[in-house]
Amino acid sequence: MKSASRTLSIWKAFLMLCSLLIALSVRGSDQPVVHVEPTDSVGPRVLEKQTQEAVIRDYLQAWSSLSSAFAENRADLLDAEFVGTAKEKFVDTVREQAKLGLRTRYRDSAHDLQLVFYSPEGLSVQLIDTVTYDVQILDHEKVQTTQHVRTRYVAVLTPTEVRWKVRVLQAEPE
Amino acid sequence: MKSRLTSLLLGGLILVASAQLAVTQTSGLRLPKTVEAGAAFSIQTTGSGSAILYIVGLGQVLRREVQLGETTSFAPGDLHNAGHYVVLLVAPSSTGDGAFDVTAARQPSALSFLAKPSRVPVDLHDGISGVVYVFDKFQNLILEPTQASFQLSGVAGAPQARTMLTRNGVAWTKMDSASKEGAAQFVARVGNAVDTRVITQVPGDPCSLRMNARASGQMLALETDPVRDCSGNAVPDGTIVTFTETYNGDEATVDVPLKRGIARTEMPAYKGATISVATGVVMGNEIHWGGGQ
Repeated sequence: MKSASRTLSIWKAFLMLCSLLIALSVRGSDQPVVHVEPTDSVGPRVLEKQTQEAVIRDYLQAWSSLSSAFAENRADLLDAEFVGTAKEKFVDTVREQAKLGLRTRYRDSAHDLQLVFYSPEGLSVQLIDTVTYDVQILDHEKVQTTQHVRTRYVAVLTPTEVRWKVRVLQAEPE
Repeated sequence: MKSRLTSLLLGGLILVASAQLAVTQTSGLRLPKTVEAGAAFSIQTTGSGSAILYIVGLGQVLRREVQLGETTSFAPGDLHNAGHYVVLLVAPSSTGDGAFDVTAARQPSALSFLAKPSRVPVDLHDGISGVVYVFDKFQNLILEPTQASFQLSGVAGAPQARTMLTRNGVAWTKMDSASKEGAAQFVARVGNAVDTRVITQVPGDPCSLRMNARASGQMLALETDPVRDCSGNAVPDGTIVTFTETYNGDEATVDVPLKRGIARTEMPAYKGATISVATGVVMGNEIHWGGGQ
């Protein structure tokens, strides 16, 4: 009897461990794979490791916000991570989507990043990102397609009081 | 057996007919590979009937009802934001998809010019930096290499000029400040797009400091020579000059702002006192009162 109870406990522990591993793998698959190219020189100013980490963290967060804003047609979700031209353009796109009854779901699965320019006074950072993502188009809540895309983006970020914000985010032909 | 053969033949005919129907209604897409921002373009479809054409990107979304088999034209300005666009054609019985890129227009139209600092001491090597981002008239970053020029011209001396190609839409330079104080025009030019910043060049730190003393009753009247930087520019009024008198182990200090380039004060005329003068990190001469200078 005691032995059966012990076996049951071991099975319970094993099942819990399996559940945890599955949960972790599911969560892990939601996060994009990020690769950062080694940076030898970014122009006139040395890019400290801490600054580089902050730039990349805020840039990836910007993609997350962008995805939510486009999926929910909520332009306000762009406020925290975007500024200037990028913000104006994406706000317009979200409004246009809402007007047409469209929504788009962007799910970025990989970023291959390279920081290429840090301005002399530290007022802008430019990076190049080869992004892999799926985009799903919904017309009046009906999924029309899901396409897999891999393209190169050029981004310019500028510092604000608390974070780096994306000022330019523009795809270019590879 | 005969009726089974008939039904098989009938089934086969229906299959061929439906396949034919699918071919006639398959909506193929003929897309441009790239489109210049703001330019007119067209998309060719095949098939028949009506369909909905989606052009979806981060910069814009378009949704058009189109007739299959016809060319759908987009007017200049319809698609003006550079980026990667996914295209989807949805017909009642088929779909087609593709993608293309919209690139920035070639003609520079606007510059984002950052010049720093706005005030700089004279005669400073690489003391002024300029960064320019180049945009087209739709505020797309022009990523094609484009010639950018910078010019810094002040009140004196020959202008400094630099020319280079942009890389990923950006160009930068560093310039020396002039030896004479005054406002300098810092100009960035890419094509017909021009932007100007004003850089105020101010005198540098004092280069040398000299004072003289004369008796004025029980006091000593102390006065500096006009204070100048190493290029001969007058150091700004308000710069603090410190006079220190040491006598019999005691020390007295007076801080005086420059007025019209000169600092003046009075201190007690103790015989055997030593008076020194300094501003910033520059030490001036010393005066030993009563035993001559």
